[in-house]
Amino acid sequence: MAEGGVAGNLPPAGERGARTGGGTDGIAAAFASHGKSAALMPYLMGGFPDLDASRAAGEACADAGADLLELGVPFSDPLADGPVIQAAGTHAIAAGVTVDGVLGVCHALSARLPVVLMTYANAVLSHGDESFVGRAARAGAAGLIVPDLPHDESAELREACDGEGIALVPLAAPTSTAERLAAIGADARGFVYTVSVAGTTGERDELPPELADTVTQVRRAADVPVAVGFGIATGEQARRVAELADGVIVGSRVVRAAGDDGPDGVRRLVESLAEALS
Amino acid sequence: MSARAESMTPDSPGRASELEARFGDYGGRYVPETLIPALDELERAWLRAREDAEFQRELSALLHDYAGRPTPLYRAARLSEAVGRTVFLKREDLLHTGAHKINNALGQALLARRMGKDRIIAETGAGQHGVATATACALLDIECIVYMGTEDMRRQQPNVERMRLLGAEIAPVEAGARTLKEAVSEAIRDWVATADSTHYVIGSCVGPAPYPALVRDLQRVIGDEAKDQVLDRVGRLPERVIACVGGGSNAIGTFTAFLDDSGVDLIGVEAGGDGLDSGRHSAPLATGARGVLHGAMSAVLQDDDGQIVEAHSVSAGLDYPGSGPEHAQLRDEGRVRYVAVSDVEAVDAFRRVARLEGIVPALEPAHALAWLLANPGGDGVDLVTLSGRGDKDLAEALEFG
Repeated sequence: MAEGGVAGNLPPAGERGARTGGGTDGIAAAFASHGKSAALMPYLMGGFPDLDASRAAGEACADAGADLLELGVPFSDPLADGPVIQAAGTHAIAAGVTVDGVLGVCHALSARLPVVLMTYANAVLSHGDESFVGRAARAGAAGLIVPDLPHDESAELREACDGEGIALVPLAAPTSTAERLAAIGADARGFVYTVSVAGTTGERDELPPELADTVTQVRRAADVPVAVGFGIATGEQARRVAELADGVIVGSRVVRAAGDDGPDGVRRLVESLAEALS
Repeated sequence: MSARAESMTPDSPGRASELEARFGDYGGRYVPETLIPALDELERAWLRAREDAEFQRELSALLHDYAGRPTPLYRAARLSEAVGRTVFLKREDLLHTGAHKINNALGQALLARRMGKDRIIAETGAGQHGVATATACALLDIECIVYMGTEDMRRQQPNVERMRLLGAEIAPVEAGARTLKEAVSEAIRDWVATADSTHYVIGSCVGPAPYPALVRDLQRVIGDEAKDQVLDRVGRLPERVIACVGGGSNAIGTFTAFLDDSGVDLIGVEAGGDGLDSGRHSAPLATGARGVLHGAMSAVLQDDDGQIVEAHSVSAGLDYPGSGPEHAQLRDEGRVRYVAVSDVEAVDAFRRVARLEGIVPALEPAHALAWLLANPGGDGVDLVTLSGRGDKDLAEALEFG
């Protein structure tokens, strides 16, 4: 597969992506100035259905009112993901999409909005923390989310990210104890990704009734903004989450649109979500 | 080795106040935050149960009366003659359900009941761990769901029927290559959503802490028994202790008793598949880089991008791209030698041992036997763990040609 193409190439080593996204500061700015009831953060799988289409879908998100973008780097064994995102990642890997290919998409999109990369521990750690984080920084990434790297295992990577000005965004769960939330909050960078429900990513009909409590506890523990993800698919759900949190993350529903309806479908969906938050 | 010696000296099992979360650089808990409280709860429960006389009495009684422990130590006379050494086989193949897997399944099912969990999930590849878990759940009347790749379901249809007969529900997994790796991933995803009601009975000494230590504790009965039996029989320790390694539970269960006996050569035999140079093998310890799979840092087969690659072995029970983190540590320390034998050598050993001893080994321990056959002479005493019986493998081995 052509790695370059219109998906965008990485700048050479040593050059920082001094982009609009602007690392941790870019994330803070996006949460401070969105002009909606909450910041809107769609998730796209990099390289799904192919690299160029995922870049186009990311542009569509930016056009349609997204404030930040979560960009998945496909991984063979995504433990935190439900069927839609799993299938998208499997499809991308089978088509030959590489980490560098997705970082190229990140680089292109980081000119438009802060891009937060999401991938799994082995993809980050297998070549050493510095290596992946350095590459992500050159690609203009503002943040990094590693859902299978809980707080206990995250110190080294956080240090590496801090060194590059990238926010290592932690996850908090409804099952997290107060003690854990305090530690997660104290070390949070960028924002806290609050998982709405015990489970994997995927569209759900109902928001969990304990969500308000969960967000309240996370907010108490952290100084950075609190965004909520997992199970949010509709404008109505987004609107209700925005009453509680600073940011709304919509994943599987957007990935489904990217697969079924392409960049135009993503644009229409993100417009409707942004409208619900206006 | 000090942490290990402190926590798990052979003479004082389970005296530690905590379980190892790390084995040197390996192990850890690389799982979603959602699961961490469940892992903490499991660790606390096992530390209590391990010290609890009532729990230990109940487990010992089940292992003795129901599973068939202690298993015999058999001096394999014709095999000994063939290799010019004294070979003892630890007969885990004679256990109920046909493999060492029942040691772990009974222990974890009892633990689940003690924790008040009314639902158990498990993964299985060849079906041996699934059958063992379904058996333990039938015995203790606990709901049982076994995740299994659809390719494995096709290859292991009799074990699928056996698990259903035992009352387990089989949850087919369609992802990826539709084999063991995907089944483990799907079981973990189930557990992320259900941990308050559900215990995950993992089948090997892999996964996030405390699983590698928990499974080791439940399997170390193999080596503890065998050590006493060999001493009783020949009045000294064996020179070589040999076991096959997939995830590595029968091997760690065997080796643990001998770790502090520096004169005992410990050999873990991985599945070399078509050969280590072919890229089609299941030998992460002999070849693999450091990586994270299924919640632990260990030796993992992966490509340059950190994608986990498919393993290959004629033996479904060894067909896994990862290994237990304690094995990775023992490799780095040089305490255990990890070697690999090919599919061809393993199937050859499967046939030879059947003719020599009237014992049909499972294809997994046939790898340990193949290494033994390839390393004869010297007149010493060897202990080989015969981790399971080969009835399940007849079609596969005969088809192998």
